[in-house]
Amino acid sequence: MPELAQAVAPEVKTEAPASERFFVRFTRQQRYMHAVLFTTFLGLAGTGLPLRFSDSIWARGMAGAVGGFGAILFFHKFCAIALTVAFLIHVKEIVTRGIYRREKGIFWGATSMVANWKDAKDLFAHMRWFLGLGPKPQFERYAYWEKFDYWAVFWGMIVIGFSGYAMWFAPFFARFLPGWALNAALVIHSEEGLLAILFIFSIHFVNTHLRPDSFPMDMVIFTGVESEKEFEHKRPQEYARMAREGKLEARLGQAPAAWFVRFARIVGFTAIFIGVTLLILTLTAYFD
Amino acid sequence: MTRAERIAACFLAIVAGPAAWLSDLFRSSRHFRLAVSLAVLALFLIPSSVSAQSDCLACHADKTMQDSSGHSISVDGDKFSASIHGSLQCNNCHADIKEYPHPDHIAKVDCKTCHADEGQKLSTSVHSSSKEHPCTSCHGSAHEIYPKTDSRSAVYPLNIPRTCGQCHSDGAMATKKGLPSVYPHYMDSIHGNALSKEGLLVAANCQSCHGSHGILSSKDPRSHTFKANIPKTCGTCHAKINDDYQGGSHGHGIAKGDLKAPVCTDCHTAHAILQPTESAFRMQSTPICGSCHKDKLSTYHDTFHSQLGLLGGYVETARCWDCHGAHEIYPASDPRSPIHPANLVVTCGKCHKGANKSFVQYQPHANAHDRRLNPALYFIRLFMNLLLISVLTFFVIHTVLWLIRSRFDQVRRNSGNGGDHA
Repeated sequence: MPELAQAVAPEVKTEAPASERFFVRFTRQQRYMHAVLFTTFLGLAGTGLPLRFSDSIWARGMAGAVGGFGAILFFHKFCAIALTVAFLIHVKEIVTRGIYRREKGIFWGATSMVANWKDAKDLFAHMRWFLGLGPKPQFERYAYWEKFDYWAVFWGMIVIGFSGYAMWFAPFFARFLPGWALNAALVIHSEEGLLAILFIFSIHFVNTHLRPDSFPMDMVIFTGVESEKEFEHKRPQEYARMAREGKLEARLGQAPAAWFVRFARIVGFTAIFIGVTLLILTLTAYFD
Repeated sequence: MTRAERIAACFLAIVAGPAAWLSDLFRSSRHFRLAVSLAVLALFLIPSSVSAQSDCLACHADKTMQDSSGHSISVDGDKFSASIHGSLQCNNCHADIKEYPHPDHIAKVDCKTCHADEGQKLSTSVHSSSKEHPCTSCHGSAHEIYPKTDSRSAVYPLNIPRTCGQCHSDGAMATKKGLPSVYPHYMDSIHGNALSKEGLLVAANCQSCHGSHGILSSKDPRSHTFKANIPKTCGTCHAKINDDYQGGSHGHGIAKGDLKAPVCTDCHTAHAILQPTESAFRMQSTPICGSCHKDKLSTYHDTFHSQLGLLGGYVETARCWDCHGAHEIYPASDPRSPIHPANLVVTCGKCHKGANKSFVQYQPHANAHDRRLNPALYFIRLFMNLLLISVLTFFVIHTVLWLIRSRFDQVRRNSGNGGDHA
């Protein structure tokens, strides 16, 4: 009954055929969290790089573009606070769901972010598949590289955040840290920041968005839903488990509105463009 | 005016002038005898001898008067009589003119006849070879010289930079001789501003540092601007700073004859001197110290102080002299030094409120590449670098292989399906 389906929801213009089913992968809160994360990360990278490579030709220009050094430091600290708040909300969420409500699958199991034996096996199987030595592994809800992305950011935020606050409030931190720790803070902050920038703007961009399966951009982090075809192709084991447990229907979501997909594309491509620009600047300064 | 007319005019001036004066005298019988004797004297002497200004001005007052090579030889009698030499007669200086008519070519006036001291100094100075008249180049038109306290004088303090700048600026004489253009730098400097904007007579002008008649090359050990003499030269005005400087390491170096030690001009420059609180000066000062203290500059570059500072705008971050002092620099072992361990809490506390004993253990010149000096920092940096390199290397290989394989797979899948994109 295609006519009926169109009559029911005429205001929702979708790009996909009406018969296609969409499944929820990320909640609204998780998508907002990613939005805060990538906006503040771009802000931190854009204001941190001119500092890290302050003797490069573009550093002074970039600092000048946002209103001189005072402004760049202000934006850096502003983004840092916003990201810290997002991080604390995330930690509170884990504690509430995993410890307080004793929800299953937070710290262990198929849906957990914690690495398990299957991830190690998947990594090797995946590599074998790259070389044509074996079948493609069947991924669960979070594949090993996605877990790595998550923990890299988790560890990065603790390390960069702590060393950053140690420098920001140096006299306070010096009450319980030795003086040389302040020297170490800058080394750690800038090296870990550089790693994060290089990793996100090259590896994460390609693995998640630019690889042929998702090219040019995986919209699921913006819309929260993906088509049944995509779900089944990318994470067959999760799809099979959901079907087996009869939970597929509960995960059904609405097809994203066309305007929202377009909006998300613009935002996403802007982020990727800024990221790649910063990556190029970093590489030119690093190999200068 | 033809030559005949000129002679007639001179004759009239010489004869008719005194005649009018004499006729005045005749009215007073008391002066009759004197008048007669003067008239007789005049009749004998005046036609062949010239001495009074008015005699010469009879011809030279003509503004269009030129010599055979086209130079103006006119004299403004009013200005001349108001000048410092106004009471002199023309042939006090033009001594070779004894009678009228005088020869076409007369000798160059030699100012040394009276100003022997200045002439002596000038003859040994850098300006001794000047082809132009050495005195008038600076003092201005020979017949309009005023005392240096007179604002009309070319060597009045407020006029000196412009006077020297006639040669020492872009495209002028000094440039042709390969000397730097200093006038524009001076005018933009703190001294030049004080002089030209505030009209401060005590502001250093060219001759305050270089002297006037006896200017020597800065390579000459007797010169005011010879490196070892510069602190004393600047100290003429900046006495307290000179005392501080002489007490510090750099001053001791210079006193011992070590010409590598910096003097005032090494940090402040000679002509383009800026207000030290100005951001431009704060930006330029660190590399100057670093031109000798190379290892310290490179380790400073690795710190937050430098990274912040290099971006301009935010100039409050510590530069060399914020911690080490500027003029009275002592080694860290000296209790007077701001970086002596006992003074660090105060020194760092100037910017970092709440700085304590532990805070000042921070090393502003730590070297993360030096395993012996900063082992903790060395290994932290090594660990961070290894982490960065290993993570990126692994994932770059992983991603590239993945890209190739999934593209290959995608193309094969599509063609197997009959080719979605065929």
